[in-house]
Parts: sequence; C-alpha cells; structure tokens
Amino acid sequence: MNPVLKKTLVAAGLMAASASAYAGCGISAGNVNIIGNEFPAIQTIGAGAVACAGDGVEVKANLTKEHKDLQVPGLTGNPAEYTVAIVANSSIVPLMNDGLIRPLDDLIAKHGGNFNDKQKISIGGKTMAIGFMANAQHLVYRKDILEQAGIEAPTTYEEVLAAADVIKEKGLMKYPFGAAYAAGWGIAQEFNNMFLGFGGEFFKEGSAMPNINNEMGVNALNMMKSLTDHMNPDFLTLNNNEINAEWKAGNVALMQMWGSRAGPLLDGEGSAPGIADNTILAAPLTVGGGSIPATTLWWDGFTIAKNISDEDAEASYLAMVNAIDPSIMNAEVAKQAVWMIDGYEPTPASAGVFATINAGAKPYPMIPYESLLHTALGNELPDFFSGKESAEKTLADVEAAYETAAKEKGFL
Amino acid sequence: MLLFIFLPIISVVTQSLHIDHEQVFVEVENCDFFGCKKAMAVDTEATEQLRAEQPLGRFVGLDNYFNRSHLASSEIATAWKNSDSFGEFYDQVYNLPLYRAIIFTLVYTFTVTPLLIILGFLIAIGVNSLHRHLKGFVIFFSLLPMIVTPLVGSLILFWMIDSRGIIGSSLQHLFNDPNLSLKASTSLTWITLMVYGVWHSAPFAFVIFYAGLQTLPQDTLESAMIDGASRWERIRYVVIPHLMPLVTFVALIQLMDNFRVFEPIVGFNASAHATSLSSIIFSDLGGESRLLSSASTTSVLTILGVIVLLSPVLYRTWRDWERKV
Repeated sequence: MNPVLKKTLVAAGLMAASASAYAGCGISAGNVNIIGNEFPAIQTIGAGAVACAGDGVEVKANLTKEHKDLQVPGLTGNPAEYTVAIVANSSIVPLMNDGLIRPLDDLIAKHGGNFNDKQKISIGGKTMAIGFMANAQHLVYRKDILEQAGIEAPTTYEEVLAAADVIKEKGLMKYPFGAAYAAGWGIAQEFNNMFLGFGGEFFKEGSAMPNINNEMGVNALNMMKSLTDHMNPDFLTLNNNEINAEWKAGNVALMQMWGSRAGPLLDGEGSAPGIADNTILAAPLTVGGGSIPATTLWWDGFTIAKNISDEDAEASYLAMVNAIDPSIMNAEVAKQAVWMIDGYEPTPASAGVFATINAGAKPYPMIPYESLLHTALGNELPDFFSGKESAEKTLADVEAAYETAAKEKGFL
Repeated sequence: MLLFIFLPIISVVTQSLHIDHEQVFVEVENCDFFGCKKAMAVDTEATEQLRAEQPLGRFVGLDNYFNRSHLASSEIATAWKNSDSFGEFYDQVYNLPLYRAIIFTLVYTFTVTPLLIILGFLIAIGVNSLHRHLKGFVIFFSLLPMIVTPLVGSLILFWMIDSRGIIGSSLQHLFNDPNLSLKASTSLTWITLMVYGVWHSAPFAFVIFYAGLQTLPQDTLESAMIDGASRWERIRYVVIPHLMPLVTFVALIQLMDNFRVFEPIVGFNASAHATSLSSIIFSDLGGESRLLSSASTTSVLTILGVIVLLSPVLYRTWRDWERKV
C-alpha cells in the first residue's frame, strides 16, 4: 500500500477511535453544525467539537474563507442551518444586528465550562460569545537585512520609510515593504489601522455619521501612499497569502502581517534558506508621533444561534466548551494562535500579538454600521492609490458611498 | 417560465422598491479580553417589532434607482453644472459606481464581441483548409480555452502577467522598464481583461463557423473558381454571405455573455481598476452586511440594459423570420 495512503488511513482510524472515546462530551441529544473561518487555530477548535459526535449526536463543521457571506443567511432560517458561528469582533456585529444569536448566560449557569471569566464576551451585560484567541496585525522584519543595511528595527512608520530607502539604496531589495493592500477588505483594514494610529474616530459621537474626511484621514492616506512606493507595484492585487509568499521568497524585509499568519513563517516551511531564522515578529508601528499603535486588536470566539431548539443549543454549547477546554493545549496547538485559554504558554509566534496588546492598541470597533464603512472604504480607496483622485476627494466619495448604504440599511 | 423567470423578476423589482427599517439604537457596554467600551448597538426587539408590522421594509418608490449607488440623478446634475468641459464631466460621472461599471461593461462588450467573431472566423477558415488528418487534433486544441473553466483560465493568465510571472517579466525586459506592471495600470488591466475575453470566447465562434463551413454550397464555390475568383474574393462573396445568419447568432449569444462579464474580474483581482454590472451586484451581496435592495436595483437596471442591447439583434432576427414566413 502507498505509504501516504496508509498513514492517512491510520490517522483516520485514530481519529475515529478518539472520537468514540470522547463521544458524548456530556451531550445526551441534539445536533451541532458549525460555521467559521479556516485558519489553523479554528481548524483545531472545529476538530475538537467534531470529536463529540457519536451516540446519535451529529456534529458537523463548515470551516471556510466564505464564512462571512454564509453566516447571516445560515443563521437566519428557523430552524437555522448552523447552530454555532465562530466569529471575530467584526463578524459578530451583523449577527447581533439581526438578533440571530442567543445570550449564553443560561447555558453557562446550567452547564458551566472550563474557561475563565475573561473569555466571556458581553454585550449590554449579556454574555454573547466565549472567546478563545486574540489576533492583531503587527510588524514582521528580517534581522539580517536590517543588519546589512546598518539600521535599527523600526518602531514607527516614518522609520519604516527611512529604512526602506536605505535598503533600496544599498541594493539589497527592490521593494522592501509588504502589506495586504489588495482592493477591498484588505486595503480598507490598512486604512482603519493607519487612521486609528493618527488618533481618528470613525463616527461622529453618538451617531452613524462618518467622520473620516478630515486631517487624520488625509494623513493616513498620504502615509499609505508613501509606503506603496516601497511595495511591489502590483500591491492593489496582493492579499495576505501573496505577501507571505513574497516574504518566503526573500523579496520583502519589512511587513505588516496578522499574528495568526505570521507564526508559520517561523517554522521555515516553504521558505528560501535563511529566511525563517531571521524573521522577527515585532511590536506594531506607531505613526505621526502618536502613542496608539496603528493597528487593531481582534478576538475570535464562538456564538450560538437563536433560531434553534434548546436541545441543539445545549449540544452546541457542550461541544464548543469541549473544543476550547484547556486540555487541548500542547506544543503544536500552542503555536497556532495567541490563545486566551488557561494553561497556554506564549510561544515565539505570539510575540507580535502580545506586544500589540501591551502597546495599548484599540480593538476593532464592534459598531453596527462599521462594516458598511469598511466596505465603502474597500471600494473607493483604490482610486486614490491608482492616482486618479486626491485624498480629500476619495474620502468624500467614501463618506457618500457609506451614507447611501447606511440609509438603505436604516442606520441613517 | 412563470416559476423560473417571471416570479424571480417580480421579487427583484419588489425588493428594489424597498429599504430596511429604521434601526433602533441603544447604547450598551461591550466587554472583551481587551476591556470594556460603550458603543451603539441595534435594539433587536424594537427593530423586530417594526419588521413584523411591515415585513417588506420601508417602501421608497424609485429612490433606490436615483441614489448615488445607481443612477445618481442629483450627482449627475451637480457634475453637469460644475464642469467646464466634457472631459471634466466624464471624470465625475466615471467616479460614480454604477456608471463606472456600465462604462467598463459596454467597452468590454463592444470590443470583445467583434474581435472574437473575427478571430473565430479566421480560425475556422484556417482549420477548414487543413489536411483532414490534422483537423481533429487542431480542433481539439482550438477548443481548449473554452473548455477551461473561466476562473481557472483567468487565474493562469493572472499569474503569468504578475510582475514576477513569465509574461510580466518578459514585458519588463522588452520595454526595458523594471516598474512596468500590467496589474497596476487601469488601461493595461482593461486590455488584459479584453484579451482574456477574446481568448476565452473565440472557440465558441470558431465551432459555430466551422460547422457552417461544412454546409458551404460547393457548386457556387466551384463556379466562382472557374470565373477566376481569388481566394479572398471567394471568402468575401460566397463564404461570408453564407455564414451571415450564424454571425447574427454568435453576436446575439456573445453580447449577452459579455454583458454579464464577471469571472475575469474576480480571477484577475481587478476590482481596483474594472467593475462590471455583475461584479457590483456580487460585491453588494457579499461581505458582512448585505445590501439586498441595492443589488436588486442594479439587477433590474441590468435586465433593462440587456433588453436595450439585444433589441436591434432581436428585431433583425424577427424581421428575417417574418420575411421567410
């Protein structure tokens, strides 16, 4: 038999065995169906929940990049298709807006669970989600390249520009800086980071009126534009995966990357020789003399659908509590994320995210209309970067596009 | 027809005349790992009640059609008043999402359709004159672009034109410009998308024309040869008139196909430089907050666009048919 196939079969057998060993997790009846993102840490959580299947209890997980598009329709029906949605601080908001998830306080009171109080995410005094990991975008740099260029690791975006100039002048790299500036969600997120770094507030106080067409917004766009001079000219089409590939190929020396995706860069798989050893995950950058880092903090957690039977809700809760139990922690799992679970010992892969938390970065806002602004930014900002418009005009367009969408959704 | 065409259109039209209920806000305290913060949230119970009273949402008449995301009547009026030249007016119109999408969609449709008909015809003529042992083999290869899934086809080309890809870096060498990037410039992106469109659809025209060539009246061709007509003259006066009904057919199908250009924009990650009617509908429907009314409005406008676009061809077909009957 082909050795790979054999290993797979053995692994499948082991998984089946462990599934039956864990079968139950205290679940007497009900069905569980999970929707969530697909990065390694969430795969681990999904597998943990699926291990509770057996004895007439069905546990399924649909972990996909398209989770954002699926979760609202998937939880809207009655009964809902999915009983559990694994969300982040941005994606819990549409579920809250439509009232699609249930408070977990009753379930916690009845079944408890091996997690600490900090993991409870509460909205208006009700626990709506149980968090299990934190995430953030932060600086990643190449120690060897900076040494060759004779520069210190940058702590501000201004220093990044200076460092990139030196690296270029010395002929070490053509495009030393990398970040996910692809049109759409990515470039909008980079604007959000930079805007917060300059001290901006997205909305006028106490209303849904946008507040980005101001000095902070213009400064943020101009700083991003200066950075693009040091980026691969295709930057409007490059996402996290492509930027990571550029990193592994040794084409980039300074990069803004997600903690959850930067970890794998340290183990050297798929990297050109010498790159992984010199990859350092560092604190996020500040900008414009500000003290708040130009980045946002994120959490991931699970929520339970409202439009399902109480039996399914209990089964879902028990399966998910089992999946985030401190007993899942081992060397392999610890590397996958910055876990908020008891018993987690920080690994080198978590350095950047912890530095971000300690630097006092702001969490990505959980505001009902934030995602509309995010979408408007993603659609309108590319005009500025392809040189068609001034910063002020672009920001005015973003506000106009946002206001049209917000009127349609009933926010304005 | 009633179930699959009429009812969906009715539902889309209805949706496009409504918007969501006014959201009732409450201020709440959100707490997570990173601390607590006061923020606005939707009062779901109050909103739920509004929704129960009026399940369709708020009726707004044609407001959705004339807002900034669609026909943008007030923005167009302002642009007309404030611009001194036509170029300036065009720039302002191009800045509005729907018009930008319409402009790209129309340029794409009317560039790609004629080019693919010409290219398909040339391939058909070429293949038809090959030795019969070669034909099967060449036909298979000519059909490949159409067999390849559009998304996969566009991804392959997308990687090749990357500034580190084979075509991208060859062009940099050829023009001696290390910063040349096909993906960074709007006009080059448009050209790439159109080249891809022709590449992908020419085999369709080729197959139809090749089938048509098999029914060429040999008598007419031979008599033309005896009269001393050159190869070009035979094509001009015998082959093309014979294939004309097929040209109408291919044009009709391809106009419809190209008008809903979508996959290449996704495959080429080109949304920064090119949006089409289908791609803006898709982006309205995707993401965390879906804009159903906006998407429906664009859909209704697209349906109207297709009707306008096809009316000359349909009229012509109808007239031909009438004449025959």
